[in-house]
Amino acid sequence: MKFKSIAIALALTVSTPAIADLTFPNLTYRTGAFAVSGIPYADGFADYMTLLNERDGGIGGEKVNYIECETQYKVEKGVECYENTKGEGSLVYQPMSTGITYALIPKATSDGIPILSMGYGRTSAANGKVFSHIFNYPANYWVGASVVVKHMLDENGGNIKGKKLALVHLDAAYGREPIPTLEALAKKHGFELTTIPVAYGAEQKSQWLQIRREKHDYVTMWGWGVMNPSAIQEAANIRFPMDKFIGIWWSGSEGDVLPAGDAANGYKSLALHNTGNDFPIYADLKKHVYDKGLASGAGDQSGTVLYNRGIYSAMLVTEAARQAQKKTGKSKISPADMRDAMEAFSIDEARMTALGLPNFAPSFSVSCENHGGNGIAAIQQWDATAKTWKMVTDFIEADMDVISPLIAADSAAYAAENKIKERCG
Amino acid sequence: MLYREVGEFKTSYQSDQQTFPITSDRLVVLSLIFIAFFVIPFFITEYMASAIVLPFLIFGIAALGLNILTGYCGQVSLGSGGFMAVGAYSCYKIMTSFPDLNIFFCVILSGLVTGVVGLAFGLPSLRIKGFYLAVSTLAAQFFLVWAFTKFPWFFNFSASGQITANERLMFDIPVSGANVAAPVAYLICLIFFVSLAFIARNLTRGSLGRKWMAIRDMDIAAEIIGVNPLTAKLSAFCISSIYIGISGALLFCLYFGAVEAGDAFGIDKSFLILFMIIIGGLGSIFGSIAGAAFLVAMPVILKNIMVDFLAWPVDLASHFEFLIIGALIVFILIVEPHGFAMLWRIIKEKLRLWPFPH
Repeated sequence: MKFKSIAIALALTVSTPAIADLTFPNLTYRTGAFAVSGIPYADGFADYMTLLNERDGGIGGEKVNYIECETQYKVEKGVECYENTKGEGSLVYQPMSTGITYALIPKATSDGIPILSMGYGRTSAANGKVFSHIFNYPANYWVGASVVVKHMLDENGGNIKGKKLALVHLDAAYGREPIPTLEALAKKHGFELTTIPVAYGAEQKSQWLQIRREKHDYVTMWGWGVMNPSAIQEAANIRFPMDKFIGIWWSGSEGDVLPAGDAANGYKSLALHNTGNDFPIYADLKKHVYDKGLASGAGDQSGTVLYNRGIYSAMLVTEAARQAQKKTGKSKISPADMRDAMEAFSIDEARMTALGLPNFAPSFSVSCENHGGNGIAAIQQWDATAKTWKMVTDFIEADMDVISPLIAADSAAYAAENKIKERCG
Repeated sequence: MLYREVGEFKTSYQSDQQTFPITSDRLVVLSLIFIAFFVIPFFITEYMASAIVLPFLIFGIAALGLNILTGYCGQVSLGSGGFMAVGAYSCYKIMTSFPDLNIFFCVILSGLVTGVVGLAFGLPSLRIKGFYLAVSTLAAQFFLVWAFTKFPWFFNFSASGQITANERLMFDIPVSGANVAAPVAYLICLIFFVSLAFIARNLTRGSLGRKWMAIRDMDIAAEIIGVNPLTAKLSAFCISSIYIGISGALLFCLYFGAVEAGDAFGIDKSFLILFMIIIGGLGSIFGSIAGAAFLVAMPVILKNIMVDFLAWPVDLASHFEFLIIGALIVFILIVEPHGFAMLWRIIKEKLRLWPFPH
């Protein structure tokens, strides 16, 4: 049985030929515990790729070969997907899971394929001197933590001494990422930090009772999947003021706030990009994708926060591929060309307007030393009556004085453990 | 005709009691081992290794371990995921504390550490059994995963609590971390797998295994005939944990490369390993291996058939994968409640008489 199965698997892997197009794999999770968050992102990503093929005939004359591989948000499946698709000339991986990103960092580095973990993954990968193939622009979790604190400072006239901040986080690698930054910021600005882990998303009664008892001034949340709506519901139950409750960008989509109804009004979250479908690109999407019946999935996610994040994520890698084509002068680029282009990547408002995404996301640039972009994020707020997210701040720059030493320390520890020499001269 | 023992006469106790007394059995197993060691390494691709073969070998070791405890000694355990985590984290601590130690010793040492931990969590089995014991091992699962995420010493104070396997060289070839070649990782896992399966087979045939089985079948009767339940139960816990710890260490340093306790060693792993031995057959070495092969390879094969062959959308394929595997498990357990091992035994009985069954 074992050998027969291996033989079948071998036959199947051999039978998939390498295709010469520009290959963009996407590790999705349309099933499993986090499917609610995974579906809109995957649809946005897929629809943008379809749009490029249908409207422009691909990128620089090369068709986009878009492959989806289902991970169910599990590390084993992610690794299997990576090994299965890397032979097809994959240019860049976006694992969409912090756990899978961690497992792929050493593998992809040794295979020479870049990874873009946009707003998740290992924060210290922003140090390009140690992590040659890993990029986490435009923002990472430590930037998010710092922007939350900056927002607190703005609301309190620059003084938050003695204020109490609670971090409600998923008890996993992802949820623990902001803790060192918040601790450093607490020391710098003199506020009190309490970290409150949530082991199983839906059950948070005791955590919110603790918040009620200790009377925190602000709560910030690193949640994902079912944890988000439960937390917002629990916050409403203890009548915590919603405008003092700020989630990370993964805790700020429609599905998170809608279950709580009107009680969620005023809830804030960080944002990497603008939301809604009020952008010229949606006219193109309608004409070339939706009306032709090519929309990915059920086609009902258009304009949601995570759908837009899928578009943004797809846009960032396809633009990098375009820049790689321009730089190398050939249309068929390799993963190595892609990596070089990502390291020299820059995007500005003019380019995004040309793409039909004006006023959508900040301009930023990447360098060999800095794989994390400029470290900016905005804050959006939920309007429960209009059922829309609204940007309430401009893009705020993070406190890099605090974050840079932390990135340097964490990446140095990784470099020492794995005997990596620093690059970039 | 093809498979028979007629004409095989044993003239010594040694030949009568060898592991595979039937010549054709012995030849098949030996040739399988020969192929596994000397043929497959030349053909194995990275995809085959990381999608099917490595998980099969690693979970096969874990299933062997759990089968010693649950199948042979009758102590139900839901803590396998936690014990795998102990193996992985102790391997990480050993690797970072002794940068020059050979990978084989790292893995074996982490197995021993897990054995000690398993011994501690086996103590409740002296007072309680059945479902109650299952609940107390469930507590072990949650406690261990919690401990590995709570105390930063276990992950060397890194910001996210992830541990990453660093690179080890042996004869100038990387044997752990990201650069390890598929045949090397395969061979290392295979060496552990074959030797641990051999040890398990012989342990369960020896006096220790007989004590375990006596405890499993009726503990009071076993005590009356002179089996010490304390040593029998604790030795089962300890040895089973060593196996599971070794599999956790291999999973960490050869398969995933980077793990986080909650992600990689959650309760779902405990259940997965338990399902392996239930489907494979409790109290059978072959059953552990067959169960692991079924639960590891089946999803991958189904996925490849549905996505690459039939070109179905990935989400549909993934839903169908759940359905088909669930249905197969129910079907197999209805048709043969004792698992693949019993199925194999029946086939062998039939084969002995074939083609003249009357």
